[in-house]
Amino acid sequence: MNIQTKVQGIVRGGETLKQHRDRLMEATKRTGHYGGIDRMELRDSQPIMYNKLFSRLRAGVVDARETAKKIAASPIVEQEGELCFTLYNAAGDAILTSTGIIIHVGTMGAAIKYMIENDWESNPGINDRDIFCNNDNLIGNVHTCDIHTIVPIFHEGELIGWVGGVTHVIDTGSVGPGSMSTGQIQRFGDGYQITCRKIGQNDTLMRDWLHESQRSVRTTRYWMLDERTRIAGCHMIRDLVEQVIADEGIENYWKFAYEAIEHGRTGLQARIKAMTIPGKYRQVGFVDVPYAHDDVRVPSDFAKVDTIMHTPSEITIRPDATWRLDFEGSSRWGWHTYNAHAVSFTSGIWVMMTQSLIPTEMINDGAAYGTEFRLPKGTWMNPDDRRVAFSYSWHFLVSSWTSLWRGLSRSYFGRGYLEEVNAGNANTSNWLQGGGFNQFDEVHAVNSFECAANGVGASAHRDGISHAAAIWNPEGDMGDMEIWELAEPLIYLGREIKASSGGAGKYRGGCGFQSLRMVWNAKDWTMFFMGNGHISSDWGLMGGYPAASGYRFEAHDTNLRQIIANGGEIPHGGDKDPENPVWDGLIPDALIKRDKQAITTEAMFKDYDLYLNYMRGGPGFGDPLDREPQSVADDVNGGYLIERFAGSVYGVRLVKGADGLFGVDQAATEARRAEIRKERLARAVPTRDWMARERERILAKDAGLHVQQMFAASFKLGPRFEESFRKFWDLPADWQLMEADLPIPSYGREYSMDISELPDVKTVRFVDE
Amino acid sequence: MAYTKSKIKDLVEGKIDRDTLHTMLSTPKDRERFQIYLEILQESVPWDDRIILPLGPKLFIVQRKADKKWVVKSIAGHEFCDWRDNWKLHAVMRVRETQEEMEELYPRLMTPTSSWQVIREYYCPLSGDLLDVEAPTPWYPVIHDFEPDIDTFYQDWLGMELPERAA
Repeated sequence: MNIQTKVQGIVRGGETLKQHRDRLMEATKRTGHYGGIDRMELRDSQPIMYNKLFSRLRAGVVDARETAKKIAASPIVEQEGELCFTLYNAAGDAILTSTGIIIHVGTMGAAIKYMIENDWESNPGINDRDIFCNNDNLIGNVHTCDIHTIVPIFHEGELIGWVGGVTHVIDTGSVGPGSMSTGQIQRFGDGYQITCRKIGQNDTLMRDWLHESQRSVRTTRYWMLDERTRIAGCHMIRDLVEQVIADEGIENYWKFAYEAIEHGRTGLQARIKAMTIPGKYRQVGFVDVPYAHDDVRVPSDFAKVDTIMHTPSEITIRPDATWRLDFEGSSRWGWHTYNAHAVSFTSGIWVMMTQSLIPTEMINDGAAYGTEFRLPKGTWMNPDDRRVAFSYSWHFLVSSWTSLWRGLSRSYFGRGYLEEVNAGNANTSNWLQGGGFNQFDEVHAVNSFECAANGVGASAHRDGISHAAAIWNPEGDMGDMEIWELAEPLIYLGREIKASSGGAGKYRGGCGFQSLRMVWNAKDWTMFFMGNGHISSDWGLMGGYPAASGYRFEAHDTNLRQIIANGGEIPHGGDKDPENPVWDGLIPDALIKRDKQAITTEAMFKDYDLYLNYMRGGPGFGDPLDREPQSVADDVNGGYLIERFAGSVYGVRLVKGADGLFGVDQAATEARRAEIRKERLARAVPTRDWMARERERILAKDAGLHVQQMFAASFKLGPRFEESFRKFWDLPADWQLMEADLPIPSYGREYSMDISELPDVKTVRFVDE
Repeated sequence: MAYTKSKIKDLVEGKIDRDTLHTMLSTPKDRERFQIYLEILQESVPWDDRIILPLGPKLFIVQRKADKKWVVKSIAGHEFCDWRDNWKLHAVMRVRETQEEMEELYPRLMTPTSSWQVIREYYCPLSGDLLDVEAPTPWYPVIHDFEPDIDTFYQDWLGMELPERAA
């Protein structure tokens, strides 16, 4: 006898979470509209109600962020605003988000979807007033230090949605101190890992969770207050939703929770049509991973190699204003902490888009449903191995995305929307990190977030803004020195603009800045560097030059204690021209490391040692010879440009006035610029002549091993990339480039094991692989 | 929101006032911008070929007056190639691949390391204008960065008549 049993689920109306999501996804796939919503019933019949719901909820999530962040003690949250709150519908699709680190629109949604697909509903159970915690990169988080608190929202005993809050914590108990440490090469060294764990019931955190989590990280006090920040914000938003439902009715709220996402999807399509040009756009991003250096200490020899991360991309904008982003040819994941999950890669692209293509308050999962992404499985941003580390995924996220600005900006430029053109973002570094015992004699870790204020790329009508922003947080700020000095046992000896860090151009990239820190009152202290060095990932556009790349300056055994006691001159301000350093002569006995090794692992520092924190600039736009000459003089006067480059890059003849400020000799400038144009042509060769020479080098395998490894790895994962490479260079069939033939290890090349291969694990696929 | 030709000219010349710029950034886009933009650009170039699409401040897809062929052309008057081809393959170029060459642009230590990354500069063969810069690794193919679907853009997206195009 067959007895049909109906499973009573927790979702409003009686579906299980899985049934609910399956129904929505099937309808989305079948109709092309989110959840099959081809008619916006609430919006069209009650537009005032629809907008009222939108405005109240949006204001509420922003208010929750602004209020809750005051609970945090960590300057990363309280000063930099590294937090975000997002409201989800029952299926885990984002309806609305606050300001802040809005990449987590997708990542927290991925965690909810993981709980849905793996039947958290029956075990551990999902009840009203539960609290869940997640930071698992293998299911969608950006990096381990982004901790999610997720709270289900119930109405009259049925689940109607979720709210998620995220903060970037200052330490995760990884191998090295700091939230984005570099020494580990596998997930197991990334620190405390939490997979959608139920950590609270009846709005109360469980004691086992509190005890375990507090001892799993170095910075316990910050950890606890960050958690209270997230819970407070989630509960504010849950209260708001309850109030909105009481005022406007559950039916209206329920409809809004799904229509808003379809609205987001169609809104993106409308903006693509309003702002871009259909066609194909191609670009590429790179960043360096210089691990074959003595100051990069990793546990495994197979990771001790120099490599380059590579991501070519092709954007296709179709006649119907839908679009596809294909990243064929990207590098394989690697033995470092710069890997990323597909969700963080795609979700972060929305952070970029909010700054040009969709600058609305309605940032939700609609845009994700309106975009096709192809991220080949096995690449650094869609790894197929459960061992990969993620703690500084941003190293290449920011460097690969910056190329997308160039593609979109060609569109904006072509249509005349010059106000939207952006040559790129900065590589958001350096990250000053480390730890030990601080000035309060506590176990401590630091991650200075000063680089939330890098230079911005130039536009087609003005310079990029200097020391202003970071791609990952549109509300970024460098933070007050006084606050950083409280958070870190490091005194400021200087903070000033980093001259010549912005890329040159008709409009130059915004400059970054630099802080000189002296270790003070620290014990058993370490620090390290994290940023780009050999490669500038931010290219410049339409004749503009790339931003400058990074370097490190650290000084040990400085004898500054004695120099200060003697009233001598000490290093201060900025490292104004690293080609002609001044500080080094003031501390003649010091051990100084001044080089291109911009990634290191923990080095020992003691009081009076020095560390330069250099924040990168943005790329330029247009030919520098077309820059207004007086603007070049102003740049030199203002400390944005080292004087000699006024002539060599911009062809400007400066004249020093009686007031000590530079002006311009117009006639000499015009003459010099004409000469430079002639010199350019005298030195230039037809592109095809250069290609013939470069082809010979390729045939002879004349390039560094790191370059060869990059191409070989991309060929293996991206056959179309290899085909186009071979075609472009007209290579004979017997020319082969295989990682196996290179004299460096390539562990992971043949063997990998995905998280989905573990028992009882169902992963959620978000992109075309 | 619509803008006068004068305001759009200010934008093109880098002189736009802050209030108008803020409006341009924060309100829905003006559909007619493209046509006004083309008018402004057409008035600024020294030749009579019709601009079809700007590719950069000094580079355009144009309809050649003599035979209606669409070509890529610089402001100085150099015709690179058919509009569908990669103009960079028809340019002249310089590759910076030594530290000395890099240090003409950046102070030492702030340059890319030339064994990791080179800087490729593409010039107009007539004027020496710098039209594009690529900064890839050695060996990297020249990137064909933009293949616009101009037919759809003009006819379907903007409702404009497609200028004549000789085969």
